[in-house]
Amino acid sequence: MSAHPRGRDPRPPGAPALRLRDAGLAFGERRLWTGLDLDVAPGEFVAVLGANGAGKTSLLKVVLGQRPLSAGTIEVAGRPVRRGGRDIGYVPQQRGLEATTPLRARDFVRLGLDGHRWGPLLPSRRADAAVDRVLAAVGATSYADAPVGRLSGGEQQRLRVAQGIVGDPALLLCDEPLLSLDLHHAQAVSRLVDRCRHDSGAAVLFVTHDINPVLPYVDRVLYLAAGRFRIGPPAEVMTSTTLSELYGSPVEVVESGGRLLVVGGAAPSPHPHEEVSS
Amino acid sequence: MTTGIGWNDVFDFRDYGALLDLVHNSLYAGALLGLVGGLVGVFVVARDLPFAVHGISELSFAGAAAALLLGVNVVLGSLVGSVLAAVLFGVLGVRAKEHNSAIGVLMPFGLGLGVLFLALYQGRSANKFGLLTGQIVAVDDPQLLSLAIIATVVVAALAVVWRPLLFASLDPELAAARGVPVRVLSPVFMLVLGLAVAMSVQIVGALLVLALLVTPAAAAVRVSASPFLVPVLSVAFAVTAVVGGTLLALGSSIPISPYVTTVSFTTYLVCRLVGRVRRPAARPATAVPDAVAPRR
Repeated sequence: MSAHPRGRDPRPPGAPALRLRDAGLAFGERRLWTGLDLDVAPGEFVAVLGANGAGKTSLLKVVLGQRPLSAGTIEVAGRPVRRGGRDIGYVPQQRGLEATTPLRARDFVRLGLDGHRWGPLLPSRRADAAVDRVLAAVGATSYADAPVGRLSGGEQQRLRVAQGIVGDPALLLCDEPLLSLDLHHAQAVSRLVDRCRHDSGAAVLFVTHDINPVLPYVDRVLYLAAGRFRIGPPAEVMTSTTLSELYGSPVEVVESGGRLLVVGGAAPSPHPHEEVSS
Repeated sequence: MTTGIGWNDVFDFRDYGALLDLVHNSLYAGALLGLVGGLVGVFVVARDLPFAVHGISELSFAGAAAALLLGVNVVLGSLVGSVLAAVLFGVLGVRAKEHNSAIGVLMPFGLGLGVLFLALYQGRSANKFGLLTGQIVAVDDPQLLSLAIIATVVVAALAVVWRPLLFASLDPELAAARGVPVRVLSPVFMLVLGLAVAMSVQIVGALLVLALLVTPAAAAVRVSASPFLVPVLSVAFAVTAVVGGTLLALGSSIPISPYVTTVSFTTYLVCRLVGRVRRPAARPATAVPDAVAPRR
């Protein structure tokens, strides 16, 4: 495998970054969602919102190939998903790394490129070039050689974005990457993800419990609740009417100071939304 | 000669050349051990498994003691004991947190069994003690050969799994998302660890295996964050500790282990000091205003 997956195995042109057809997911009797049709175009920013337990994380696991669909089909960049597929970049939640982690920032980012490959880890000029490029893209060049375990949470999260895009993916999966970041860093990382999708043409599937930091960039929202879902631009989905319908109980969307607050929607899963963030 | 304990019991370098001839096998064994211990240690530290190393070494000791009692090959005995322990720990839990109580339960049982076997053993008492505290001139040609074979297997296995194992050790969730077979690598590493421990028990004894499988790597990560340099330093520290410790132990009637552990510990102290000087706790601020992000 090379540092540039596209050169090795060209993606089918014109294929959506992500395509779900009549997709359903169930755990035994409990159905999380069914009949999900979704095409995410290259470069599109889709936020995935919804109650806890509505299946946001499970959706990510399906896209990552870690869990099969109960029904329907899923394709990433025109190909069926498989575990560890190179078409996907992944940005997880911020988790602190041990101070003595034997990696510099650049090595940490490089794991996103070829960390899965067998054999010893050796210096590689080609990997260095790719890593330098994304380090510059996320504004992390100044601490490229610093021990990654000694960087701040915000710096580490920038590196995780770099790690996600270094393999030049068709789809960037973000799993609550703003969790445990303060508002300033949450906004900075959101801006970064937005710029990266413009630069690389990768689509973004952004799972979050709070839409506000990414609201300026979101093209469409996939809102999962109570075994149902709604897809559309934020202005259509994030309304009291739509969400009340979705939850089957009164929900109010309040706009306050440019921020959207979702109030109510308690049934059937308790406390679906963390309305107020940081 | 003096009565009681004198300096000459700790260091006595008369006839050193003649002694050196007697122990060249031990020096080769020590170098192999340093190589294996230094490399495996990188992952022991990254995966937070020092306690597992200790647990495996006690069961390895029980295996070796059983072999001594039964009159079969001691290397084989310690190998069986440690691989059995490694597999058990691997089955009982993937993460360090799940491991620890299982290890805490099995370790004293293994130690107890080992003591029982030694008590029943009627042979030379030096053999008994050697299993716990290490022995120096005891490495014969067949034993060296078996150590070399184990070392080859360990190094070859590590060479194959190195990169994904490092990824899986440092960031398991992300590694899994990238398609690294995290659940397969974990028992594979435990097996490699079992082999490395079985080797170490032969030389430094069951009680002090940690000095070879943990201390050198723990020292290395204090002075470097480069994934290329850390294994090199770790191996260098481990080889220095075993070979250096062996050379020092030659001139004494004391077992090898205190020398090895002292060299190893000294390296660690120096590395901590160097790390403290080179890398003050508070990193100077970078161009990016990142200050208050919480850390877990």
